[in-house]
Amino acid sequence: MKAWLRQHRHALAAALRRVGLLNTLVIGVALALPAGGYAVIDSLRGVTARLAPEPQISVFLSSGAKRADADALGRALRAEPRIATVRFVPRDEALKEMRSIEGVDELVAAIGRNPLPDAFVVTARGPGVDTLAADLAKLPGVARVQADAVWARRLAALAATLKLGLAILATLLGAGLVAVTFNTIRLQILTERDEIEVSKLIGATDAFIRRPFYYAGLLQGVAGGLVALGIVALALWLLDGEVRSLAQSYGSDFRFGFLAAREAAAVVGFAGLLGWIGAQLSVGRHLREIEPS
Amino acid sequence: MVSFSAVAKRYPGGQEALKSVSFSLEDGALAFVTGRSGAGKSTLLKLIPAIERPSSGSVIVGGQNVGALKRSAIPYLRRNLGLVFQDQKLLYDRSVFDNVILPLAFSSLSPKEAARRARAALAKVGLLEREKANPVQLSGGEQQRLAIARAVVNRPALLIADEPTANLDAESAARILDLFVDFNRVGVTVLIATHDRGLVERYGGVHFHLENGRIG
Repeated sequence: MKAWLRQHRHALAAALRRVGLLNTLVIGVALALPAGGYAVIDSLRGVTARLAPEPQISVFLSSGAKRADADALGRALRAEPRIATVRFVPRDEALKEMRSIEGVDELVAAIGRNPLPDAFVVTARGPGVDTLAADLAKLPGVARVQADAVWARRLAALAATLKLGLAILATLLGAGLVAVTFNTIRLQILTERDEIEVSKLIGATDAFIRRPFYYAGLLQGVAGGLVALGIVALALWLLDGEVRSLAQSYGSDFRFGFLAAREAAAVVGFAGLLGWIGAQLSVGRHLREIEPS
Repeated sequence: MVSFSAVAKRYPGGQEALKSVSFSLEDGALAFVTGRSGAGKSTLLKLIPAIERPSSGSVIVGGQNVGALKRSAIPYLRRNLGLVFQDQKLLYDRSVFDNVILPLAFSSLSPKEAARRARAALAKVGLLEREKANPVQLSGGEQQRLAIARAVVNRPALLIADEPTANLDAESAARILDLFVDFNRVGVTVLIATHDRGLVERYGGVHFHLENGRIG
């Protein structure tokens, strides 16, 4: 056991000497793209969640509608099985909400009266929001129906597209990482051809010979992952000031956040795994070609 | 220790290096395989550590049928053998000491004991004071002695040498042969391939003469 651990320690030390700076940088830059993209999307997710929690339909009553008309419409909406939640928004409350938006208060004061009607905000149960909105528009006392689902769907579709794009990018760059490691290990095997041949002659097992190359692939991947995290952190830090100024001009406190510790560890672990796979493929293919003669 | 039974070796392309070779070598023997260049001496020696596999017949080393050994078992066979080649197969990016200690890297010996054994092997071949040198700084005879030190550091039961004195002057060659005889005296079985039949007359021991792939 002691000898086995010692052999692993030696293999690890040999592998550390093999990790090249340029290859690590190439892997780091390649991984920084999907990792950075993920960090940006993750930061934006908080904003989109606040903006579009559920597909909503606003049902506006006609301006002359009485309280009894509103109650009757409320009962009809609650009885509708395609509706999940119903919230009544009296015109005074809507005005209060509107006034809280910067600059609107002066505008309302200039009008001199409350221009808003009573409204119901309902959330649909399942799909078919557009059909539901059309049916609600036919109910008595309803002046106008506005389905908020369209832009929410667009936003969700955009987020899904970005995520898919990132997944494709990560897959392609992951394959690139495997290829880079494969080639690096191949060159190392060729460089150390004499040593491998002598080692085989004097009784080294395949596992003993392969071990430093596996470690080299793993370490190169891990080092590349750490470089990628460094690049992402630096890029987000550089962008953060500008993005914060922009967000503040819209009354938002949005800022880019770095990956969570678990996600950062996943990036490094994934990079290490890909490096190890690249080394495994390369060693499996090239080491058998070297036999003592 | 070593037994060949009707061993033939054909290389791809049809070249027949050995034809029905049979002989056996007792434990502790000093043996020479002689023959002209291309007679099959190197092929015969390569069959023992499974560098080559026989096309037919059986090669038994230490009770193991080498031809039937699985690939994964070959390293363990080689650890019990000491191999010395004409071209030494040294690592020129390492020191003399590191070359000798190499076979002990995958043994269960502690680093301290491995270093002690490597120095003992170097002392035996007269290279202890050169342990920090690079093999390129050594003469041909010294490089061959270094290869012998590496071959014996694992205390093998069988020492195989392929033309160990080729390209050496008479004095260096004699010193190399004396080393093999010394190891044989302490019980190591030694098998040396050489084209120099004079060595056999000088050192005695068992003698096999190969001619056109057959023992004559």
